[in-house]
Amino acid sequence: MKKVSVSFTLNGNTVTAEVPVTWTLLKTLREYFELTGAKEGCGVGECGACTVILDGEAVNSCLCPIPEVEGKSVTTIEGLANEDGTLHPLQEAFLKNNGVQCGFCTSGMLMSSKALLDQNPDPTEDDIRTSIAGNFCRCTGYVQIVESIEMAAKESK
Amino acid sequence: MIDCDYLRPDNLEEALGLLKEHGPRATLIAGGTDVMAKIRNTKKTPEVLVSIRGLKDLKYIDKRSGYHIGALTTHRMLEQSELVKAELSALHDGASRVGSVQVRNVATLGGNICNAAPSADTAGPLLVLDALVFMEGPEGIRSVPITEFFTGTYKTVLKKDEVLTEIKIPGEMEHFGSAYWKHSRRKAMNLPILGIAVSLKLEGEIISDVRIALTVAAPTPVRANKAEDFLKGKALSDEALNEAGKIAASTECCSLRDSLRGEAWYRGEIIEVYVPRMARLAAERIAQRRSK
Repeated sequence: MKKVSVSFTLNGNTVTAEVPVTWTLLKTLREYFELTGAKEGCGVGECGACTVILDGEAVNSCLCPIPEVEGKSVTTIEGLANEDGTLHPLQEAFLKNNGVQCGFCTSGMLMSSKALLDQNPDPTEDDIRTSIAGNFCRCTGYVQIVESIEMAAKESK
Repeated sequence: MIDCDYLRPDNLEEALGLLKEHGPRATLIAGGTDVMAKIRNTKKTPEVLVSIRGLKDLKYIDKRSGYHIGALTTHRMLEQSELVKAELSALHDGASRVGSVQVRNVATLGGNICNAAPSADTAGPLLVLDALVFMEGPEGIRSVPITEFFTGTYKTVLKKDEVLTEIKIPGEMEHFGSAYWKHSRRKAMNLPILGIAVSLKLEGEIISDVRIALTVAAPTPVRANKAEDFLKGKALSDEALNEAGKIAASTECCSLRDSLRGEAWYRGEIIEVYVPRMARLAAERIAQRRSK
């Protein structure tokens, strides 16, 4: 199997992965770096459980061929909290508002909403709903998730 | 994916060279949202993937003697462009409704039309905006009107050794208002049951020029020429618009069929209702721009 060496910034650290050329970013995160926060739900860009931030934008890591990550910057859920363990305002807000039920969609929800707040610190409810339209929560806890993101936006001001 | 070569040319020239070298074994990949999903769903990997995602020169929205949109412009760029929203409104409507933010961040306009799904959300808008599709290959650059670009379901005139480089929309479209309606069960993350795009130009209350396009109404996205001919020169009235809707829904303009997402009779009703509504919206948008 043909392998490729890809260097990029992962949660602030410069890393290099030697993986089969056909691997996706998601597979590389989970199986090479053993960062299992990003989940595989559908594998075809419909459920958003694999969402990570690539050069500032939320993307489905399951649709991203690993060679495309060369030289880029990737943030995953593992890079969201501070190094000292204090949680990101979004994580705090999800906890306070019961924004987490089974948890499978949570890392994707957090990464989509982080990308939103990074670009737009004062989103409307509509902006929030659009930003997570590609993240499916099959517990259907959307109301609490939207409230969590609203709270995080308010508290980050 | 099983095994393949993944090649990332630095420029268009190199990409064309790779396509020539690998011939039918090569598949072009840009944003990857269609190609990667297809690989996963069919469990078949092309022998060679030629990625043009890194060709930054093909990522632009410019207005100079017409509108020039690079093939690698993402749906998100179209969604966030004030120029596109104000002056190419139907394209803004379509691009904003593709997939999710995650998908729109990487999926490209060129990819959406090269994939040539009958349901492509940018196809109807480009049809009513008189888009020209530019392609570059070993024999140089050529262009075709978007009306001639789609040759069948998932089929286009693009040759295996060519790259779609630009979509050009003529400057005169500045005087048109346009709108696109994606009729679907949910607000996001699904494909249209039907798509309706309308662009029109007004002289007073008279519709001096008009285009109507339908998607998921035939094997390819289509223009409803008979309905356009009927409307041209008529006053913008409910009566005329309703009649145009009826003509657009008839077999003179489309070949509706039953599918999982919707039945033919229902699709017909939607065309009858939404051709007038999109025409009204297009007209309102002209008025809005004038008042600014």
